[in-house]
Amino acid sequence: MKELFPAKQVIGFVASLVLTAIALLVYFTDMTFTVGMTILLATAFIQAFLQIVVFMHAGESKDGKAIYTNILYAVVIALVTVFGTLLILLWDM
Amino acid sequence: MEFLERFAIPHPSPAIYASMVAIALVSIGILAGLTYFKKWGYLWREWLTTVDHKKIGIMYLVSALLMLFRGGADAIMMRAQLSAPDMKLLDAQHYNEIFTTHGVVMIIFMAMPFIFAFMNLIVPLQIGARDVAFPRLNALSFWLFFAGAMLFNISFVIGGSPDAGWTSYFPLAGNDFSESVGTNYYMLAIQISGIGSLMTGINMCTTILKMRAPGMTLMKMPMFTWSAFIANVIIVFAFPVLTVALLMGTTDRLFATNFFTTDNGGMDMLWANFFWIWGHPEVYILILPAFGLYSEIISTFSKRNLYGYSSMVWSMVLISLLSFLVWTHHFFTMGQGALTNSIFSITTMAIAVPTGVKIFNWLFTMWKGKIRFTVPMLYSVAFIPLFTIGGVTGVMLAMSAADYQYHNTMFLVAHFHNTIIPGVVFAMLAGLTFYWPKFFGFILNEKIGKVTFWLLTVGFVLAFFPMYITGLDGQARRMYTYSEATGFGALNMLSFAGAALMAIGFVTIVYNIYYSFKNSSRDIGSDPWDARSLEWATHTPVPEYNFARTPQISSSETFWDSKKNGHELFKGEIEEIHMPNNSGIPFVMGMIFFVAGFSFIFALWVPAVISLIGIFICMAMRSFEKDHGRHISVKEIIETEEKLGGAK
Ligand code: HEM
Ligand SMILES: [Cu+2]
Repeated sequence: MKELFPAKQVIGFVASLVLTAIALLVYFTDMTFTVGMTILLATAFIQAFLQIVVFMHAGESKDGKAIYTNILYAVVIALVTVFGTLLILLWDM
Repeated sequence: MEFLERFAIPHPSPAIYASMVAIALVSIGILAGLTYFKKWGYLWREWLTTVDHKKIGIMYLVSALLMLFRGGADAIMMRAQLSAPDMKLLDAQHYNEIFTTHGVVMIIFMAMPFIFAFMNLIVPLQIGARDVAFPRLNALSFWLFFAGAMLFNISFVIGGSPDAGWTSYFPLAGNDFSESVGTNYYMLAIQISGIGSLMTGINMCTTILKMRAPGMTLMKMPMFTWSAFIANVIIVFAFPVLTVALLMGTTDRLFATNFFTTDNGGMDMLWANFFWIWGHPEVYILILPAFGLYSEIISTFSKRNLYGYSSMVWSMVLISLLSFLVWTHHFFTMGQGALTNSIFSITTMAIAVPTGVKIFNWLFTMWKGKIRFTVPMLYSVAFIPLFTIGGVTGVMLAMSAADYQYHNTMFLVAHFHNTIIPGVVFAMLAGLTFYWPKFFGFILNEKIGKVTFWLLTVGFVLAFFPMYITGLDGQARRMYTYSEATGFGALNMLSFAGAALMAIGFVTIVYNIYYSFKNSSRDIGSDPWDARSLEWATHTPVPEYNFARTPQISSSETFWDSKKNGHELFKGEIEEIHMPNNSGIPFVMGMIFFVAGFSFIFALWVPAVISLIGIFICMAMRSFEKDHGRHISVKEIIETEEKLGGAK
């Protein structure tokens, strides 16, 4: 029985629903902009990661390592670009 | 009449009208010639619809050479205007237009297709593949580049050239300060060819990761393939930034959005920021394949394997990462604080370290090697000291405090030409000479080649070294004239003389091709240079399927092993080969993109919408088409192999 039950997928599905609900809270409750934004960003990133790993099967094929390297590289460059830009144009002007 | 007025040039001159007539005559001549010699069918079957990586490579090569002459004409005009104080050859507006088109043409439409030419020609052969991973996408990439290049090149006769510099900084590039359609041309032409580059990036990465011959692990790839791989990884990560920035710029100009405006919440510096997030990685996209070519050439003509293979690879990986961490060094003077500038100063200087590693590796490869001074080797040997000077002045510029002195002077112009000409252009010419016999079946004349080399090298030094001095003395870049009192006259005249020598040098390349085509021996075998890596293991000219049997790889110099150590390169029976079919869709899509781009530039909404729909129809046709390629029979392969000099 254990092999037949897709535990990973079900947990993933429930988790993504919970994440969506938390994100919706931001709309329905009254909180400051910063807190709201933080919650949205955090849930969005966890959600994206969840989808890639659980439902898009990253890491399950034999070039799983290449896929994760690629994602890591992309994330690093995106973060550098975004925070670099903020530093240059806002924080250190 | 009112409708046609928008196509008029805002700032005409007799030279532009003369070019208009010349362009019309040449176009009519080409069309008439094709019809007269009944070449339309040949052109369509063999070139316009081809998906063969070798033919696409040759088309990139020809385009790059043509664009070299277009950009070169701009250059010589600028140098002539500056050759003496208060010259009256060009006025300020024409000078602005010319330095803008010079920069864009040279980087986007000359250097980029040049490296794509070599990636297409060499990479599949070096990894023992039959073609790239997505041959039809590859054709589409070329035709998008071609459409972009043509679009950009007609700007000066229809509607006016862009004139805000190749960096096209806002607010200058906004509608308030650049009223003509010129900057629209900039936005759309680069956009179209940029999409093509991005597709090449994905295509080449996939090819190199997935299609290597059995036995070729990553660390057994020839160095040019490694450099192409890293360059394409950078393309995949850097070009999307350019795409988005150009799109924002386009909507600012056409639909009155306010991304880069100075009021209504816009932020003009955001453009400069985006431009260089793409722009600095872009210079490494250009230089890395050049490094790859130099590596192949230096080890071939030193008769030694490349020194420090793995440090070569790791330094490139490091460069690819660092190249995304330095962009602010292009605008140290735009007002951000000392903290930011210091951070980016340090990351910039750090790039010099892996670059230095490579320089030493080339030197150690030559050390105790049996060096043959052929033309490709001459370029490579000259590259090392000249490029080092360019790198050292780069480190000078990287000191943000000092950059307040150097920025926007001729010193900067000298720096980047000092890296790009001996770095990229010399590599392309060396590669051209080195690989010419592989694809055209004869060697370019070495004597004429040496004359070219000396003209270019001496010309380069004369043209650009004086700029270091005048730059330090305060001669500004992008200024169309200067007064006698500045004392810049003599050095600028020297510069002009150097530029003239270079111009003669480029003409001798064309003469060399013509001369060698007529006189060179065709009996050169398939390995005229006694070379080392896999691309030389197949016949000359290369059959469409590249290798009759899939090669077995022993090392990064598999072909050398097969010549010297008895490694058996080709094993087993010849089998049927599966090849992709030709297709007209990429060409048609390229042309539709051209029309779409043109319509957007002039805000002609009806044709713009129609052509966008046309693009989607082409994509839909491709999706629903059943095309399983074709098979070359064993009999046909054996016949071809025998004709080309025996089965290998
Ligand atoms: C040791 C390596 C290098 C260092 C430290 C370096 C540093 C710099 C710096 C600091 C600038 C900006 C200067 C200013 O605007 O005042 C600059 C500009 C430039 N560099 Fe380099 N560079 C290096 C290598 C290269 C290479 C390999 C290329 C091209 C193949 C290149 C092409 C350019 C271009 C095109 C510009 C000027 C763009 C413009 O403003 O129009 N550089 N470099
Ligand atoms: Cu840079």
